[in-house]
Order: sequence, then C-alpha cells, then structure tokens
Amino acid sequence: MNEHRHRYVSADRRVREDRRFVAGKGKFVADIDLPNTKHVAVVTCPHAAARIKSIDKSAALKMPGVHYVLDGAELAGATLPLMTGLDTPNVPRRPLAFETARYSGEWVAAVVADTRALAEDAGEAIEIDYEPLPFVLDAEEALAGGVLVHEAHGSNVLLDKNFIWGEVDKDFTAAPRKLKLRVKWGRSSTVPIETFGVVASWDPWRELLDIYASIQMPRYADQIGVALKIPTTSVRVHYDVDVGGSYGVKRGIKHSVLCGYLARRLGFPIRLIEDRLENMRGGDAHGPERLFDVEVAFDDQGIVHSMKMRALENVGAYAGRSPFQLGKPIGAIVGPYKIKSVQYRAIAVVTNKTTNDAVRGFGQAPTNLVLERCMDEVANVLGLDPLEIRRRNLIRHDEFPYLIPSGTSYDSGDYHTVIDKVLVNTDYKELIAERDTLRAQGQLAGIGMAACLEPSGGNATFEALLNPAITTSTFMDSCRINIDGMGAITATMHTTSSGQGHETLLGTVVGEVLEVDPDNVRVTRPDSLNSLPSGTPVGSRMAIMLGGAAFHAAQKLKTKLTAIGAHDLGIPLERAIYNDGTVSDRDLPQMKRGWADLVNIAHRNYHRMPEGFEPGLAAEHIYQVPTGGVLPDKDGRVQMYPCFSFEFHLLLVSIDPDLGRPEIVKYRLGHDCGTQINPKIVRGMTMGGIAHGIGAALYEEFAYNDEGQMIAQTFMDYLLPSSHEVPAVEIVDHETPSPHTVLGQKGSGESGYLGAPAAIANAVNDAIRGLDISINTLPIKASVLGDLIAGAQEKKRNK
Amino acid sequence: MRIDLTVNGETRTLDVEPRTTLLDCLRDTLALKGAHAGCEHGVCGACTVLFDGVAVRSCLMFAAQAAGSAITTIEGVTPGPGEMSLIQDAFCETHGMQCGYCTPAMVLVAHALLADNPEPTREQIVEAISGNICRCTGYAQIVEAIALAAERMRGVNRPKDSR
Repeated sequence: MNEHRHRYVSADRRVREDRRFVAGKGKFVADIDLPNTKHVAVVTCPHAAARIKSIDKSAALKMPGVHYVLDGAELAGATLPLMTGLDTPNVPRRPLAFETARYSGEWVAAVVADTRALAEDAGEAIEIDYEPLPFVLDAEEALAGGVLVHEAHGSNVLLDKNFIWGEVDKDFTAAPRKLKLRVKWGRSSTVPIETFGVVASWDPWRELLDIYASIQMPRYADQIGVALKIPTTSVRVHYDVDVGGSYGVKRGIKHSVLCGYLARRLGFPIRLIEDRLENMRGGDAHGPERLFDVEVAFDDQGIVHSMKMRALENVGAYAGRSPFQLGKPIGAIVGPYKIKSVQYRAIAVVTNKTTNDAVRGFGQAPTNLVLERCMDEVANVLGLDPLEIRRRNLIRHDEFPYLIPSGTSYDSGDYHTVIDKVLVNTDYKELIAERDTLRAQGQLAGIGMAACLEPSGGNATFEALLNPAITTSTFMDSCRINIDGMGAITATMHTTSSGQGHETLLGTVVGEVLEVDPDNVRVTRPDSLNSLPSGTPVGSRMAIMLGGAAFHAAQKLKTKLTAIGAHDLGIPLERAIYNDGTVSDRDLPQMKRGWADLVNIAHRNYHRMPEGFEPGLAAEHIYQVPTGGVLPDKDGRVQMYPCFSFEFHLLLVSIDPDLGRPEIVKYRLGHDCGTQINPKIVRGMTMGGIAHGIGAALYEEFAYNDEGQMIAQTFMDYLLPSSHEVPAVEIVDHETPSPHTVLGQKGSGESGYLGAPAAIANAVNDAIRGLDISINTLPIKASVLGDLIAGAQEKKRNK
Repeated sequence: MRIDLTVNGETRTLDVEPRTTLLDCLRDTLALKGAHAGCEHGVCGACTVLFDGVAVRSCLMFAAQAAGSAITTIEGVTPGPGEMSLIQDAFCETHGMQCGYCTPAMVLVAHALLADNPEPTREQIVEAISGNICRCTGYAQIVEAIALAAERMRGVNRPKDSR
C-alpha cells in the first residue's frame, strides 16, 4: 500500500458528527417542536384479514383534546396510492386500509389530539366493526393460490421472473455431481433504536408542506407530492434531521402521506412518532422472508460449474420495495466464485403479514447465505476442507475485471490474499485443534466460514430488469462547494444520514482535493427545494457517490483557483502549481498567490480575473454512478453495481448440547473495501454489520402464530444482540482499490452483515454434522436447535 | 399533580399528570432532549438517566416517583456549551457511536460505571452496557471508549510525574 498517497483520506481522524451526539445534541425528529403541533396515534386491525364494515368515531370525537379521526375511505378519496415500482395496479398500497385490512396491525384509522397520550386514549374509544376474512401466511401456500390477499389482482404473485445466464443445462449434464439444498431466511429486519417519525406542517399562503422525518429513501419528496396530488415543489423536506439508525428500513412513506394530508386538512402541524409496537407491527419495515431451493453442479475436484436457484419471497400484504430485493443479488449472483452458468427464478408473493421494505444489503445477505451453505455442503460431500473448496472456486486476483454470467463485471479483488492474511493471524490448524478440544470436552463445536461480496455504488438497474416499464439508468449524487468572500469553505450534501458519517466523508474528500484541513470545511444539508439530486444512502453507495461528487466539485474549484493564480502571475497555466491553497510559478517558486489573494481576486477584483470567468468561487457536480447508464439486454444481462467489496469470515462456535445455544468463541474477519476514507467509520460499520448478522442468524424473527398474529411484538420477544452476544472480532484489512472510483474506494455500509449469518450457519452445521443433522433455516434459535440435537442424540442411543 | 423534581442540580416545581413518565417529563416539560425513547418498555436503555447516581430507565418510571431524588441527564454531565467531558471525548476518540441515538445513554452508563469502578475490566464494561442496545456499532468501539476514558481518568488523578 502506498502510505503517502493521501493526506487526510485513510488517516485515523475523528468523526465530526460525534461531538453533537455525545452531548445529546443530535437533532432527531422527535426533538422538533413546532408551535401548535398536534399528535397522531393509529388504530390497527386486530385480524389477519378483515372487511371493515363500519367505523364509529363519535365517542372518540367527543373526548376533550381530540381534533379529528381520519379513516381509509376519506384518505383514499383524496390521495393516490403509494408508488411501488411494479405494474400491479390492483394491489394498491395506502397509508390507511380502505374497505379491507390485510394484516394484523395494519392501520385502519388515525386519531389527532393535543397529546400523543390523548390520541391513544381516543383510539381505544373508536368502534370498528370487522368481518374476519380467510388469510394466508405461508409463501408456498400463497403461491399455490386459494386465499387471495388482493382479490382483484387474481393471484398472490407480484413478480415471477426466470433468468438463464449461460449454458445451464449443458453444464448440469456434464457435471458428475449435483447437490440440492433448501435454505430459509427468516423474517427479520434492521429494527433501529429510533422508530420512524415525521412532522408535517402546511403553509396555505406559501402552498408549502414542510416535512421533518427520520427518513432514508430515494425520491421521498416526489412520492409525497404525487400521493397528495400537489406539485413536488410544494414539498420541502428538511434533510438536516439526524436519523437514529436505519440500515435501509426508514421508509415511512405511508406515515408521511398520512401526516401531510392531515396537516393540510386541519391547518396545524401534525406529528407521528411510532411507538415500538407500531414500528414492529404496522411500520411496514420487515425484512426479507425468503425460501431458496438451490441446486449446484460440480466435479470431483469440488469446482462448482453451474447453479439453479429459486428464491421465493414473502413480501407481506403490499408491494413495498421488497420485490426488488430479489433483483439486486443478480449483480453478484455467483458471489466471489467462478460459477459459469446460472438459472435464477425470482418469485415474490403477497401474504397476510406486515409489508416488507428495504433492509441492509437489499437481499444480498440471504443470497450469500445460500452460496456459502452450498460451498460447505460440496466440501462435505467430497470430504474436502471447506477452506480448500473456496480457494479452488474463488476468482483469482489476475482475472479482474471479471464478468459474471448475469452480465456484471466485478471491478477488482484479491480474495486469496485476504484469506491468507486472516490465516496468518489465525493458524487454521490451531483453530481446528481448538474445535476438537472443545468436542473432546463434550461440547458441539464447529468452524464456520463465509467468503462474500458487498456490491456497492447503488446502480439500481435491477428495477429495469424486473420491470421492463422502468427505464431508469441514471443513479446520481451531488455536491456543491462555495468558497465565500473570506475564504471559508462550505460543501453541501442533499439527503439525510443515519450514522454513516457523511459530513466527515464530505469534509475529508474536499479537504483532500483542495489541500485544506477538513475540519475547516463546513458541511450543510440544504432542504429538498434547494438541493441537487441525490440517490440517498442506499446500496452502500455514499463513499463512492457522495465522495465522487465532492471530489469532482472540488477539482473544478482547484482548477479555477489555479487558472486565477496563473492569470494574475502572468504565466501560462501549465507553469502554475497548486499547493496547499497557494498557486505558484513552477519556474520561479517565490512568485505566488496565496489563498487570500485568490479569494480576493475571485470575489472583488473582477479586473484581475481571466477573461470569461464567472465571479466568485462556487462549483457543483452531479455524479453519475460509475459503469452505469446501461439498460439490461434482451437476455436479462446488465451491469449492476460498479464496485465489489470482499469479506472473509472465520469463526469458531461452541454449543452446549443440552442447551442448544451457539456461543461464538472466536471471530476473525478479513475485509477489503478498497481505499478507506475514514477507518474508524469503516470499522464501526463492519462491527455493527456483524452484530446485526449475529442477530439475523441466531435471535431475531418476526414470528407469527397460526392466527396470523405477530407474536414478537416487543424487545422481549424480538431479541436484538446485546454486548454479551457480540464477541470481540479481529478485523484484518486489505486494500484493493477500485479502478472505477475517484480514490479507489468501495462501499462498506453493509459489510459484516453480508457474511456473518452465512458463516454462523456454517459453523453450527459443522458442529452438529457428527449427529447426522443439519439446519438451514435462520434464525437458528436455541429452542429449535436444542430439540434437533436432543432428537438426534436420542436416535443415536436407540441405534 | 405538582411535584418537586431535581434535575441536573436544579429543583423545579412541575405540574404533571400522574401517568407522565419521567422520560416524557424530561423531554416534553423540561425540554431536555438528550434522553431518547427507544422501546418504551425498559429493554433498549436509550432513555437511561442517572437516579441518585445509578443508571435507570426513565421510560419505566413516573415523573412523580423521581421527586426527592437527584436526576442527572446527559445535559447534566456535559461541562458546558461546546465542551465535552473526558468520557464524552473518549467516545469521540474511538468513534464509539454511529447514529447517536443510544449514545447519551451509553455515556451516562459509562459515568455511573467509572464513578464506582475506576479500573474496569473488559468484561465489566461489557456487563455495564449490556442493558443498552446499540444497533449500529456492534459495541466494540463503545467498549474501547469506556476503557480509554478509564485509563485517562486514572492518569488525570495521578500526580503529574508518575503518569
């Protein structure tokens, strides 16, 4: 690695956002108090499916401090259904159920009162007469038909696409060995500690709807405007609101349309802050629930030649972004492996469960789980070491750029070296010996590994791939930089953040290019009406996209400053050198113009400016995603994300056979996300991703009972990993720069999460393999695993 | 009902509903926004404040129950506008946070721990924060922040030539 390549980039610098947070001075949506704000509580459907026969609001409306009760009929009459991205007009999604409610917890009415407590009280006084309807919870049953969640749609299928990339039949025929696996990714989500919240305020004289929200979503202002049937220029989203965690799910469009409507209807500011139950049950923020049937064709050496994968996604009652989460993994469908051909069938069905939305990795973590389970099973069948199997199948460093069957070219990587670096720190033989010692002590112990990719950059052409009516090939982000008359620098970003340290990212990149201390670069977030386009922090893209936009905007200013200096020095441009904010003559270095001079010329001395130059020092750049701008071809091939980070997980678990609870004894990670702009941020993201992955693998599930009631409604039932459940992890960094990005950076917003569940599942399976059992359903709960182990032991004893 | 509440060293007479939680009272009545609502059923710890020096969940108690005791919030441990305590500074040094939502609670837990135990082991730090859920960090940099703060506090309290 070239250590002197950058001055501020990759340096171990503090994260500027942290100062306000340690003092409790973040500005979260619940901290915003607009005068005369009224509060909303929602009334929810207690049935898995029901016709709404009548709503009696009279008792609630008589209560002091209660201003309004809104029902689905009024709202549906005044607004358009929410945008979904699919051509499924008979599956309309609305903030409040209209005529029929389709999952337990779906919002049926909204109460507006002076306080949240009064609104909740009044909600209990609303009498709703329901006629319970048949319902379906299981994806396979929903696929088969029978009960239809949306009668008018004619089936429960929202999406069913079959892709064949390469000679799948030929490769399967030629391969001497095949292996089938059924893997299930359970219904979990990111569940931020801050629930979703929104404050909406309407000014009828300016015709302006002000929105403050805990949001992370592309086209948020557009979607509000369209649904409310007002110009998008009448919606002003304030991006300087700190978001208390999101990891994909903070997409409260239904909350926002509801509050926007009420604010306009009632004439005072309206605020809805979900409580935890609303968040978990009716917040429409569940993650993938996906059933995979996969078959791989391989040879006696363990080389995997081809794969057939069917993914069946239970998206819940309505189409959020979730169906598209079947699309993103197409851009890394073979993971880091040289699988030559793939058949992929992606099916999304509706059921009577809470609606799903985008979750960290956008469907990639479940796909990675399947690939990694396959690799371990191939090794097992052949009696080979799982590490050796991976080494044989991984793409080699000298094979990049590497084109995968589904049409995406991977930018760069050095997978074997990353693995070697992890193994230098962890003697693999010693780890095996440690496992075997635990086994000798009566524990079930297992080693798990996962070699996974993190597609990054957020080029969402999977939309066009799954819905040909969509022709979007533009995925951009922007930055504007202004150097004021006193020489101080302000850079802008045009979206919210939820802990990713974007202000630090922006300051660092601008400081790097202009050769000024990043701490002296002010970063602001103009509101949506003053903003340039942003794709928002999805798809692990901001280091690449906001970093790229900032880099180019700063370069424009550097070029302008250099030209101003050269002109004032009376030298040709090629002789001018920009260094630390000063422009000097290459041949006569004592001849120079410092920062103050350059700023003075630009702002006050037009007579000294080069001819044709605009006065002032401002620049903006709207940055298109690298390698983007192409639509899918007729065979369903397309370049998806530009950059691919790599992570290699290696861990040892120990399971007390009587308890069935896996405990992580050792955890090592090799991580390569190219150039790290801020190593503290990258490490935090990665550790947080591992913790989240541990949750998805072992603890977290939105479980439903047979009546269609969600039974994990609190943090006592939906278990988030605490500091006890997350082990110390040794992270070994490697840096393979991306050729496509301005600083060689790749994404890391989803790192850790994309491989941890797979590695843990592999470790548990290694631990229980001796009992002739396996488990391929996540989360692997202690209760399930304990019973499985007890059953296997019983069977062995009886033999 | 009227209660006398002592928050961050200042006693005020407040008119609250009996059902008002301490958390809602701090945030809505006293405009102290550093304590955050996370789960409102006592699991996540985002609402943590110090109750006579002990870390407690302000969502689980009524404001009236806090009358007569000393409540300390994150605003009370912050030395001054723009000024950080040694513990807050240590959280910044290790980047022991991301979104910042659970952070004030974590800082208060660290204050309570280090007041009792100036030399905590890693296990003791892990135990101390185990009732506070952080969804962003995986805890590593929080544990490091508290260990760093402990180390620095011990250094500060030692005579200069023995540091």
